[in-house]
Amino acid sequence: MADQDTIDLVKDIDVDKYKYGFTTDIEQEFAPRGLSEEVIRFISAKKNEPDWMLDWRLHAYRRWLDMVEPTWAKVSYPPIDFQSLYYYAAPKNVAGPKSLDEVDPKLLETYAKLGIPLKEQEILAGVRKQGEKSHLEEEGGTSMPVAVDAVFDSVSVVTTFKEELKKAGVIFCSISEALRDHPDLVKKYLGSVVPQGDNFYAALNAAVFSDGSFVYVPPNTRCPMELSTYFRINAKNTGQFERTLIIADKGSYVSYLEGCTAPTREETQLHAAVVELIALEGAEIKYSTVQNWYPGDKDGKGGVYNFVTKRGDCREAHAKISWTQVETGSAITWKYPSCILRGDHARGEFYSIAISNGRQQVDSGTKMIHLGKHTSSRIISKGIAAGHSDNTYRGLVSAHRKALHARNFTQCDSLLIGDKCGAHTVPYLEAKTSTAQFEHEATTSKISDDQMFYVMSRGLSEEEAVALIVNGFVRDVLQQLPMEFMAETQKLIGISLEGSVG
Amino acid sequence: MLDIKNLHVKLADEDREILKGLSLTVKPGEVHAIMGPNGSGKSTLSYVLAGREGYEVTEGAATLNGEDVLALEPNERAAKGLFLAFQYPIEIPGVATMQFLKVALNAQRKARGEKELSVPDFMRLVKDRAQKLNVTQEMLKRPVNVGFSGGEKKRAEILQMAVLEPSLCILDETDSGLDIDALRVVAEGVNALRSPDRAMVVITHYQRLLDYIVPDVVHVMANGRIVRTGGKELAKELEARGYAEYVEAAE
Repeated sequence: MADQDTIDLVKDIDVDKYKYGFTTDIEQEFAPRGLSEEVIRFISAKKNEPDWMLDWRLHAYRRWLDMVEPTWAKVSYPPIDFQSLYYYAAPKNVAGPKSLDEVDPKLLETYAKLGIPLKEQEILAGVRKQGEKSHLEEEGGTSMPVAVDAVFDSVSVVTTFKEELKKAGVIFCSISEALRDHPDLVKKYLGSVVPQGDNFYAALNAAVFSDGSFVYVPPNTRCPMELSTYFRINAKNTGQFERTLIIADKGSYVSYLEGCTAPTREETQLHAAVVELIALEGAEIKYSTVQNWYPGDKDGKGGVYNFVTKRGDCREAHAKISWTQVETGSAITWKYPSCILRGDHARGEFYSIAISNGRQQVDSGTKMIHLGKHTSSRIISKGIAAGHSDNTYRGLVSAHRKALHARNFTQCDSLLIGDKCGAHTVPYLEAKTSTAQFEHEATTSKISDDQMFYVMSRGLSEEEAVALIVNGFVRDVLQQLPMEFMAETQKLIGISLEGSVG
Repeated sequence: MLDIKNLHVKLADEDREILKGLSLTVKPGEVHAIMGPNGSGKSTLSYVLAGREGYEVTEGAATLNGEDVLALEPNERAAKGLFLAFQYPIEIPGVATMQFLKVALNAQRKARGEKELSVPDFMRLVKDRAQKLNVTQEMLKRPVNVGFSGGEKKRAEILQMAVLEPSLCILDETDSGLDIDALRVVAEGVNALRSPDRAMVVITHYQRLLDYIVPDVVHVMANGRIVRTGGKELAKELEARGYAEYVEAAE
C-alpha cells in the first residue's frame, strides 16, 4: 500500500539535528542569474501573466532600486549580493499545477519524505493512522484531512482536495492559477495590505514573487478543512519569494497552516515572502506557521535568511485574525506578523514560539495597529535561546486617536538555556487615546538546576528533560496550533534544542 | 540491594565535608529509617544517591545490586530502579502531571529495553494508583506540582513512585508539612508498595511517620555518619530523649 509506504518512510527518517536537509535531484529550469527588468519580464512571461501584473511587478522593482535594507533589527550578517542569486527555479515538466497523477514521482517522494503525503487517499488514511497521538488528542481531539498546496522552489506543484473545497465555494489554488482564473479577486486585494513599496524585502518580493497560495472563502462559509501550504527550497543559490493572499469574506472562517524546510547547504539561502490576509465583516482567519528552514551548522555556516512580511487586515467590524508561529529554523529570522485592526470590535492575536540554538539570530514579534473602536489584541510570545544564539522579541502596539477603548494584553516570556545566548524584549507602545488600555508583562528565566535534576531523576535524559521543560514553557502557545500539528511540533522543539546542554 | 561503604562527600565548590565515612546496607524487602537532627547530612545522602550535581565523592563507594551507582547519570539510576521522593518537589510549569508520568515511565522502560506502555494500559495503571492516593483526575491534569498544596505535592510524589515501581525507594522527609490525615494517606500509599523485592529508605526527623510506616531497622545519623543502629523501638527512644547525646558524641 502506497500510504503505508509513506508512513513508514516518514518514520524511518533519521531524527538528526536537521532531518530535512536532503536534496532532491531533479532537472530544473532557472531564470538568468541576478535581478533586472528582463528577469522580471521572464518570470511574468513564464506565468503567462496579464499586462497589469507585469506593470505591477516593474513598479515594485523600480521602488526597490531606491530602497535600502533595514538595519534596525538586532541581527548581523554579511551583505547580500542580490545579483548573485537566481530569482526563479522550477522543476522541469511542471507547466503549472497539475492533477496528482501527472506530478513527477520524485516530487511526491520529496514531500512524502518530509512527512507531507500529497495523494488524497493517503492523506485520509495517513491522518488517521499517523503514529502516536498527541497528549491533547487523548483528551478528546479528532483528526481531519488537510488540503495541501505544495510549493517547490518557485512553483506550486500540486494542490490537493480542490474539488471538495470547490463544493463549499472555497477557492484554494496557487497564486499563478488565481491570476489566470480569478484575476478580479487578485487585482482587488493584491498589495492592499502590504503595498509594493512597504519595505525593502516586500518590494523585492512584489517584483519577483513566483508562487504561493491563494485562498478565498465566500460569505458565511466555514472552510470545511484545514488548508496548508508546504514550502520547500531545493535549488542552490535560489531565493524563494512566495506570496500568499487569503481573503475571508463576510462571516466566514478559515484555518491555514504553512510549513517550510530547505536542504542543508553551505551557502546561505534567501527567503523573502509576503503574506496578506484580509478579513471582512465578522470573518475569522487563523494562520499558523511551523517554520523549520535549515538553520545553518553549529558554527553558523549556511542556513536560510528569512526576511518575511506578514500582515493581516481586519478590514471590517468584528473581524478577527490570529497568527500562531513556531519558529525553529533559519539562520536569521526577521519577521513580524501583524494585524491592522481597522473595523470596530476587530480582534488580533499573535502567539509565538521562537527557538534559537547554535548561531541562529531571531528578531521577531508583531505589530498590533488599533484603528477602530473597541478593538482588542492579545500577544503571547515565548522565546527560547540556547547555544550562542540571539533571540529578540520586538513588538509594537499602537492605538490611533479614534481607536476608542482599544485594549491590548502582551505577555513576553524568555527562557535561556546556557550562558552564551541572549534574549531581548523590545516593546513599543503608542497610545494616542486616553481610553486605550495596554497591559505588558515580561519575564526572563533560566531552566533551573533543580528542575533538571528533578526531571532527570524520574528517568529522562538531559536532552529529554530540556525538551519537556521547554514544551511546558510554550504550552499556552502550542495549544493554539491545529491538533494535527501539535505532536509533530513538540518533537520538533526537542530536535531544535539538541546539543543545547552539556 | 543497596550497599554503601565508607562514603565521604563534600560540597563541590566549598571545602566542607558533609558525609564522613557513612556505611549502610539495605536488603530487598527491608524498610530502613534514617533519623537524625538537622544538618546531620540526611538529605545530602539522598541527593548523592540520586545523582544531584554539586557534590563530590572523595572516598568510599555505593552500589545498587552490585553496580556502581555513583558513576551513573540520574536518569540511568532511575532506570535501574532508584527513586527519590523529594522533600521539596519541584514545579514544572505547563507539563501536566499525567503527561509527566507517562514520559517518565516510558523513558525508563525504553532504557531497560522494555516496550513502551500502550495508552490504555498506562491510563489504567495511573487510574488505579491515583485512586489509592486520593489523587483526582483534575490533579493529574494540572502541571507538575504547580499550585499544589503541601499535602498534594507529597501525594503526587508517592503517586510517581507507585507508577514507576522502583526497587529502591528513598523518601526524604516525606512527612514534613503534612497534617495527620495527609500523613495517613501517604503512609498507606507507601505501605501498599512494600514487597519482598523492594527496599525503602525513609529519612525523617520525627518519629511520627514511623508509627505509620513501621521500619525493620532504624539508624541514627549525626555529623555525616551513622552512629547507632537498632530495631523500631529505637525511634521511640529518640522521640523521648532527643538527638543531643548523639550530636555531642559525634563531634
